[in-house]
Amino acid sequence: MPETQPIIEIRNVDKFFGDFQALSDVSLTVNSGEKVVICGPSGSGKSTLIRCVNRLEEHTSGQLFVDGIELTGETRNIRAVRMEVGMVFQQFNLFPHLTVLENLTVGPLRVRKISKADAIARARKYLERVHIPEQADKYPAQLSGGQQQRVAIARSLCMEPRIMLFDEPTSALDPEMINEVLDVMIELAESGMTMICVTHEMGFANRVADQMVFMDGGKIVEIAPPSVFFTKPKNPRCREFLDQILEH
Amino acid sequence: MNHGMRRLLKRLHWMDGLIVAVLVLFFGYVWVQIGDQLNYKWRWGLIPDYMFRYDEERERWVANLLVQGLITTIRICIYASILAVLLGIILGMARVAKNLTIRMLARTYLEFLRNIPPVVVIFIFFFFLSEQLIAALNIESWARGIARSENNGVWEFFFGDMRRFPSVISGVIVLALFESAFVGEIVRAGIEAIPRGQHEAARSLGMSWYAEMRYIILPQALKKVLPPLANQFISLIKDSAIISLISVQELTYKTVELVSTTRAIFEAWIATAAMYFVICFSLSMLFSYLERPRKSGAR
Repeated sequence: MPETQPIIEIRNVDKFFGDFQALSDVSLTVNSGEKVVICGPSGSGKSTLIRCVNRLEEHTSGQLFVDGIELTGETRNIRAVRMEVGMVFQQFNLFPHLTVLENLTVGPLRVRKISKADAIARARKYLERVHIPEQADKYPAQLSGGQQQRVAIARSLCMEPRIMLFDEPTSALDPEMINEVLDVMIELAESGMTMICVTHEMGFANRVADQMVFMDGGKIVEIAPPSVFFTKPKNPRCREFLDQILEH
Repeated sequence: MNHGMRRLLKRLHWMDGLIVAVLVLFFGYVWVQIGDQLNYKWRWGLIPDYMFRYDEERERWVANLLVQGLITTIRICIYASILAVLLGIILGMARVAKNLTIRMLARTYLEFLRNIPPVVVIFIFFFFLSEQLIAALNIESWARGIARSENNGVWEFFFGDMRRFPSVISGVIVLALFESAFVGEIVRAGIEAIPRGQHEAARSLGMSWYAEMRYIILPQALKKVLPPLANQFISLIKDSAIISLISVQELTYKTVELVSTTRAIFEAWIATAAMYFVICFSLSMLFSYLERPRKSGAR
C-alpha cells in the first residue's frame, strides 16, 4: 500500500538564522503520492521549510526523514536524498553555459552515471513531457521565462525523483506565461508524483492539493484539505490572508 | 592628405606642439650627453649578430645569445602559465572551500606572496623547493643522460638543450608558484561571481562537490575571468625576467651576458626591451581582439 506510506516526515523542526527563528516546531507528514501546497505571507518560513527537505538549509533541531533516510550532517545521506528529491526554483537557476539538452543530461550523467545515449533519450522524453522538444539545442538565455521554468522542471524530472519540490515556481514569470508552467505541474500531479509546492496560485492549489498548509511566523498554523481550507479555515490569520489574495 | 589626417591636425593645439618640442629637446640632450660626455660609440651593428649567427659546421643560420634567450623565455612562460593556471584553480577553490583549515592555508600562501618582494620569494622558492626537488628526483643526471643520447629531438624541441633542463624546470616551477597566487585570486573572484542559485541547482541534483565545481561552477567562472587571466599571462612574461637571478638562461640573463662581453649596454638593453615589448604588446592586442563582443546566440 504505497499510497498511504509516509515519504516525508518532519518532526518538531526548528531553524535559526543567527538569532532569527525561521521555523519553530514544525511537524508535517507527506504520504507517497500526496500533493501539499504551502502558502502564507512572505517571511513565514515556507521556502525555508522546503529547502530543509533537500537540505539546502540545515535544520537547527528536530528530525527530518525523507524516503526513510534521516537528514543529518552525513554527506552520503544528503546526496542520496537529493537524488530522490527534485527542486524547482523561483529563479529557474538553469545552467547558462549549457544547452537545454545538456542542462537535462548533466545530472543523470554525472550523478546517476547512466550512459550518454540513455541520458539523451531520457532528456528528450521529458522535454516532450513539458512540451518544448524543439528547444533542445538552444541556450537558456534564448528562451522565454515560461520555457525556462519548464526546462527546469524537466531537468529535475530527468533524475527520476520520487518527490518534487516547487519553490514559488511562477512568481518570477510574466502573467501570460504562468499557465504554461501550471499546466505542466498539473500533468505532473496527475501522474502520481509526490509534490510539495510553495505557491500563491490558489486555482492550481484548489485543483491538485490533497493538503493545504498555511504558515505564519515560522509556524504551521493550519493544515486542511482544500475543500475545508478555502471555505472555513479555523485560523483567523489564515482567513485574513485568503481574503486578501482571493479578493481580486 | 586624407580626411582623417586633416581632422587629426585640426585637433592639435599649440600646447601639443610645445609638449613635443620639450620632449624632443630632452631626449636630444640625453643623446648628446651619451655621445659626448660618456664618449659612447653606438654599435647597433652588433645586435643582429647576437640574434642570429651563421654556423660554419652545420652550414646554416642558428640562434645566437639574444634569440636563444628569447626562445627560453617563451618556453618557460608557456609551461609556467599552464602550471600556474592548474595550481591557481586549486588555490582558488581552496580559497572558497568549506573547510576552514584549507581556506586558511590558501590564505596564508597568498598573503606570504603578496607581502614579500618577488625577488625574495623567487630565491626562497628556488633554494627551498625547486633545488631540493631536483636533487631528490635526480633530475640532473637523468637530463644529462637524455642530452647524451641520440634520439632526443622531441625533448630538445620542448626544453632546448637538455643539459640546461634542471635550470629551465626550476625556472618554470618558481615562476608558476609565484604566479599561481595571483591566478588563484582571479579564479576565486570568478567563483564568487557565480550566483548562489547555480550552486543550489547543482546540489539539488545530488551533485558531489567535485561534480558541482567541475561541470557547473568552474566552466562559468573561468569563462568570466578569461580577460584578467590573459592579462596575468602578460604579467608572467614580464615577471619572468626575475628568474635570471637564479641563473635560468632566459632573455634577461643572456642580455646581461651580452653586455658583459661586448659592453654594448644601451643597444643590448634597448633590443631586449623591444623584444619583451613586441611580445607583450602583440599578446595584449590579440587578447583585446578576442574579447571584443561578438554577435552569436551562444553566450
